Amino acid sequence: MNAGLTAATSGRVLRQVRTDHRTIGLIIVVPCVLLGLLAWIYNGTPVFDAIGPALLGVFPMVVMFIVTSVATLRERQSGTLERLLTTPMGKGDFMLGYAVAFGALAVLQAVIATGFAVWVCGLSVAGPLWLLVVVAVFDAVLGTALGLLASGFARTEFQAVQFMPAFLLPQFLLCGLLIPRDQLPTVLEWVSNVLPLSYAVDAMKEIARNPEPVTAVLGDLGIVAAFIAGALALASLTLSRRSA
Amino acid sequence: MMNNSGPAVAVSGLQVVRGKRRVIPGLDLEIPAGQVVGLLGPSGSGKSTLMRCIVGVQIVESGTVTVLGHPAGSPALRDRVGYVTQSPSVYADLSVRDNVTYFGRAVGLRGTELREAVDRTLTEVDLVPYADQLVQDLSGGQESRVSLAAALVGRPSLLVLDEPTVGLDPVLRRDLWDLFRHLADRGHSLVVSSHVMDEATRCDRLVLLREGRVLADVTPAELLQQTGAVDADAAFLALIDAETARSGERSSS
Repeated sequence: MNAGLTAATSGRVLRQVRTDHRTIGLIIVVPCVLLGLLAWIYNGTPVFDAIGPALLGVFPMVVMFIVTSVATLRERQSGTLERLLTTPMGKGDFMLGYAVAFGALAVLQAVIATGFAVWVCGLSVAGPLWLLVVVAVFDAVLGTALGLLASGFARTEFQAVQFMPAFLLPQFLLCGLLIPRDQLPTVLEWVSNVLPLSYAVDAMKEIARNPEPVTAVLGDLGIVAAFIAGALALASLTLSRRSA
Repeated sequence: MMNNSGPAVAVSGLQVVRGKRRVIPGLDLEIPAGQVVGLLGPSGSGKSTLMRCIVGVQIVESGTVTVLGHPAGSPALRDRVGYVTQSPSVYADLSVRDNVTYFGRAVGLRGTELREAVDRTLTEVDLVPYADQLVQDLSGGQESRVSLAAALVGRPSLLVLDEPTVGLDPVLRRDLWDLFRHLADRGHSLVVSSHVMDEATRCDRLVLLREGRVLADVTPAELLQQTGAVDADAAFLALIDAETARSGERSSS
């Protein structure tokens, strides 16, 4: 792998996004609107403080998953990926390039969504706010890594978009947002233990209730990082220089 | 200046199966270095597949393809072989300059060298006035020139171009063929596919393909002389007729 090639790819992906103002708007505005809606629904109850941080982690993952899987599928179909792989550009450079570019977008998204949740919607958490942003960025990169992996199995845009519910909805149902994970039926609890979003949401919940959450959050982030590495490694198997 | 000692490409016993069809049933070919070699043949004759084998993106059934002394697709070749696919493979949502710059970076160009290579390439494909336009706002012919520029920017030793002049006006086609000639004169090797037979006369050598086999591997002059035809189109038809007649005799005897 080569830092220059990775940086070239990140820069190129960000340039592409920059020409697409509507996508930038959706990435920034949609999480804020949803958080605002939620705060309004639960107005006057403690529920928003409990689930708001978890959702701050879920939104970036979903958005980046969709954006990445569609973008990568486009690279496969347009022939640009095949062409790049005939150059010194490696699969790792290509994938890390995407992860870094969307990670940078995620920082922007996470800062704005967290600011909106805290100062406009009145979200209050026990832990430090910057840690919410850090976890949100990890979740976004997780979404990107899973999107890269999913796009390897999609042949059409329709399939790529359908992979969102297939890959992410089960994780959403089992991540402890609806029912705490230790109250799930035993088998489902096991399943939730091997899904990355569970740890992302654990980290967010920790920040919500614990004034000194750093140690616990680091453990969860370590697991999320391992999932990111695993997804990228598997995704690189779906990128092949040669095809039939 | 380039590796002129051996052939640019040596193909031996190549067999390729795509889907259920044996697209290339067994092909031997040598492409000399420092020349413009035209790959001609009707659609479905295996031109694109052979090109994919040369750049190393095609899964082959058997046989070897050696490019500039290395097995096709090996890492040593990645900044020495440029490949332009038939349908333009560039980013529609980037400007012309950003596309060419990115592919320049991919082959390792940086800084001033990169900027100069991009400017030179945009001039060569006549896209300077469009440099800051998004590719999605260009015409089809302009888009295919962006795709060509993305391969030219790294000045590869071997350029593999799949129908680079489709949809271009005659002036531009002439200019591009002049550019190919100029590159060959400076030691680059070019493999250019086309089904426009009048472009055949601009090549140093012609390889005529039909159903995945080499029908002829000659200079343009030899082609006309051998067949007694007046132009490349007629010569090609004469060769096909002769081939059909021969295989007809074989099956009846």
